[in-house]
Amino acid sequence: MVDQTGRIGMPRGNLPPLELHVPEPRFRPGDPVDYSWLDIPGAGELPRFDEACEARETMPATLGMVRVLDDKHRAVGPWDPRLDPETLRRILRTMALTRAFDDRMYRGQRQGKTSFYMKCTGEEAVSVAHAYALAGDDMVFPSYRQQGILIARDYPLVEMVNQIYSNRADRLKGRQLPIMYSARDYGFFTISGNLATQFPQAVGWAMASAIKGDTRIATSFVGEGSSAEGDFHAAMTFAAVYNTPVILNVVNNQWAISSFSGFAGAERSTFAARAVGYGIAGLRVDGNDALAVYAATQWAANRARANKGPTLIEHFTYRAEGHSTSDDPSAYRSAHEREEWPLGDPVMRLARHLIALGEWDDERHAAMDRQVAEEVKAAAKAAEKNGVLGHGFHHPFHTMFEDVFEELPWNLREQAEQAIREREAKWPDARGPGTGEEGEGA
Amino acid sequence: MIEETAVSLQEGEARPMNMIEAINDALHVMMGHDPDVVVFGEDVGYFGGVFRATAGLQAKFGKMRVFDTPINECGIIGAAVGMAAYGLRPVPEIQFADYIYPGLDQLISEAARLRYRSAGEFTAPITVRSPFGGGIFGGQTHSQSPEALFTHVSGLKTVIPSTPHDAKGLLIAAIEDNDPVIFFEPKRIYNGPFDGYYDHPSKTWKNYPGGQVPEGYYSIPLGKARTAREGSAMTVLVYGTMVHVAEAVLAEKGVDAEILDLRTLWPLDIEAVEKSVQKTGKCLVIHEATRTSGFGAELVSLVQERCFYHLEAPIERVTGFDTPYPHSLEWAYFPGPVRIGDAVDRLMKE
Repeated sequence: MVDQTGRIGMPRGNLPPLELHVPEPRFRPGDPVDYSWLDIPGAGELPRFDEACEARETMPATLGMVRVLDDKHRAVGPWDPRLDPETLRRILRTMALTRAFDDRMYRGQRQGKTSFYMKCTGEEAVSVAHAYALAGDDMVFPSYRQQGILIARDYPLVEMVNQIYSNRADRLKGRQLPIMYSARDYGFFTISGNLATQFPQAVGWAMASAIKGDTRIATSFVGEGSSAEGDFHAAMTFAAVYNTPVILNVVNNQWAISSFSGFAGAERSTFAARAVGYGIAGLRVDGNDALAVYAATQWAANRARANKGPTLIEHFTYRAEGHSTSDDPSAYRSAHEREEWPLGDPVMRLARHLIALGEWDDERHAAMDRQVAEEVKAAAKAAEKNGVLGHGFHHPFHTMFEDVFEELPWNLREQAEQAIREREAKWPDARGPGTGEEGEGA
Repeated sequence: MIEETAVSLQEGEARPMNMIEAINDALHVMMGHDPDVVVFGEDVGYFGGVFRATAGLQAKFGKMRVFDTPINECGIIGAAVGMAAYGLRPVPEIQFADYIYPGLDQLISEAARLRYRSAGEFTAPITVRSPFGGGIFGGQTHSQSPEALFTHVSGLKTVIPSTPHDAKGLLIAAIEDNDPVIFFEPKRIYNGPFDGYYDHPSKTWKNYPGGQVPEGYYSIPLGKARTAREGSAMTVLVYGTMVHVAEAVLAEKGVDAEILDLRTLWPLDIEAVEKSVQKTGKCLVIHEATRTSGFGAELVSLVQERCFYHLEAPIERVTGFDTPYPHSLEWAYFPGPVRIGDAVDRLMKE
C-alpha cells in the first residue's frame, strides 16, 4: 500500500492553491428571480445564412439566437418562414392539443391510472414546429419529451393513452415505461430510457438512408443534460465524418431533473457552439418561438437533404413543470423562474401573433381549448375501456417472453411455463392477472 | 473428426483455409448475397482490418458498403443500431473484444432490447465481429475473453467458432439471423489449431479436417453444438481455442472423453449437453476467461440442475485466473495442459 495522504506538490512561486468550481444555479426555492443577466438577442437580428454555407460560418448563430416573433407579436427578420395563417393555426392547435394531452395524462397518473408521466409544458413549440418543418416520412429518434411530434403526425391519441396505461390494447404489450412510445409507421423510433443512445442511432439511420440513395433524413433529440453523454460525442463525430443527412437537436430546457444546465457546461458556452468544433453547422434558436423553431428546422432539413451536412440545433427553452410525475421541482428551484422566463409561453406567443395578424381571437382560442380538451377526454375514455395499469386488462403472461428473440429459445420456453404454473397456484380459478380474462379491479 | 452439420445450399468444393480466410470468405459471400449487408469498423476499409478479416471487401463492394470508422465503439454500435432500424444488416467489427466496452450501452440497452421494447416494430439484425482471447502476448488489453458479459444479457446471441469451417458457416448464419449476435473469433487459432503447448512449433489449418472450407454459401445453424470427439469416459464442455487444447490433453492422457464444442454459447444447445453428460456421468467445463461468474458457472449450474442423478463425480471447472491477463506471465495464466490434466485426473479417480 502506498500512503497518499499529505502528498502535495511543491510550492510554485506565488500561485494560489488550485480551486474546483462546482456550479450553482442562480436561484433556489423562495429566491426572487431576475433574468436580466441573460443575454437574449432581439428578434430578427440574426442574419440568415446560406443553407450550403461552411459549418464555421454559422458561429454567430450558435452564440446568438434565431428569433422571429418580436415583443409586439410580429414576425420579423430573415428567418421568418412566412407561413400562411392556416398552417400557423394548425401548429397552434397541435401545441394546444399536446398541452391538453399532457394535462389529462398528468391527472391520470395522479388518479392512479398509470405509474408515470412526463409533460412537455412550455416546450411544445420545440417538437411541434420541428415536426411541421420536416417531411412526414423523415425519421425521428426522439428523447422522452417529444410527444408533440407524434401528435403533429396525427398518431392516434388513443394509442398513446393505451401505451401510458400499459393496457391490453397497448401495442408495446405493456413492456415499456409510460410515454416510451414506438411508432414505426409514423417515423418515430422506439424511445429509450437510457439517455442520448438515440443520437448515434439517428446518425446511423441517416447513413443508411444515404447508403441506399434515399431522400429521407433523420432527426434526433437529447436534453442539454444528456448532451454530456459520450453518445453525443459519438454522434457528432460520425455525423461530421460522413457528412450525414441528420439534424441533431439539444433541447436546453435549463434543468435535468434537479441539475441545472451548468452541470452540462452551460456556464462556459452555448450548446450550439459545440457544433462548429466538430465541423457541423450550429443554430441556437428561441425554443418558445414556433416560427423560429420551424425556420431553424427547415434550414437544417434543406441543408441535410442537399447533402450539405448535418446541423446541431440548440432549442433554448424552459422546462415549466417537473421532470416527471416522480419529481417535485419546488425542492430545488425557485417557482418564480417559470413566471419570469423571458421567452414567454410558446402557445400564447403564437396565438398573439395570429391575433396581431387578424387571423385569430380570444373566442376562437377558448373554443379551441375546449375542443382539444374534449378530444383528449374522448381518447382517454376510449383507452380506459382497454384497462388502466394494475386495474384491469393487460397482456397475457406468455407475451412477457416473446420478442426477446425472434424465436423462443428453450430457457424462455421453460420460464414461460413456470410463470403460468405460478399464476395457476396464485389464482386457481384461472381468472387472474395474466390470463387476459380478468376484468376491472382484478 | 468433424461431424458434418453444415446445411448446404450451393456448397462448393472444400479447400484449405485458415480462420481469417474463412471469415473473409463468409463476408464476401454474404455481401454478394445480400445488398443490405454493410461492413465497417476501425481500419476495416482500404487496409482490410488489422487481422485482414475484411481484406478485399472495399475494393469489391465499394466504400458505401465497406468503410473505416472513427475510433469510437459507442458510435460504431450506435450507428449499427440505427442502420438496422433503417433495414440494413450491419456487420461491424470491434478491433479487439477488449475494446467493446464503450459500446456496451448500445449493445445491452439498445441492440438487445429493440425487438422487445418495440414489440417487434424495430429489430437489430447486427453481427458484431470481434477477435477475443489470449495466447498472443497481447497483454491485458488485447487478450480478454468477455463472453460471459454477453451471455448474461437477454436478447443477445453469443457465437464462438473453433475451426475455419465452422467460422464461415456460423458467421453466415449469424449475419442471416434477425437478432443481434456477438461473434467472437478466437484469435490464437486464426492461423492454426493450438494444443496448449506454447513452446511447440505452431501448426497450420492445412491438414486439419476443420480447416477444409467449402466454397460458396453454407450456414451452420446457431444453437447447435458440435461433437468434436465421441467418447464415454467424461463430457468436456468447451469452445473456441480451448477445444483444441482439450483435444490434445485428453488424447495425451488416453481418456475416452466426449468433447462438445458448444459453438453457440447462447442459446446453448442444452439437449446436446444433457445427452452427453447423462451418457458419460462426468463433466469437465473449460474456458480461458476468468473464473468467477464466467460462462462455466452457468454450464456447471445447468448440468447440476438437469443431470445431477447421472453424475458420478463432482463437476470440474478449468478456467483462467481471476486476474487481468498478465503479459509476461501469460502462460502461467492460461488454462493449459497442466491445469486441464489435473482436473481430468481428479475426474478419472472417481
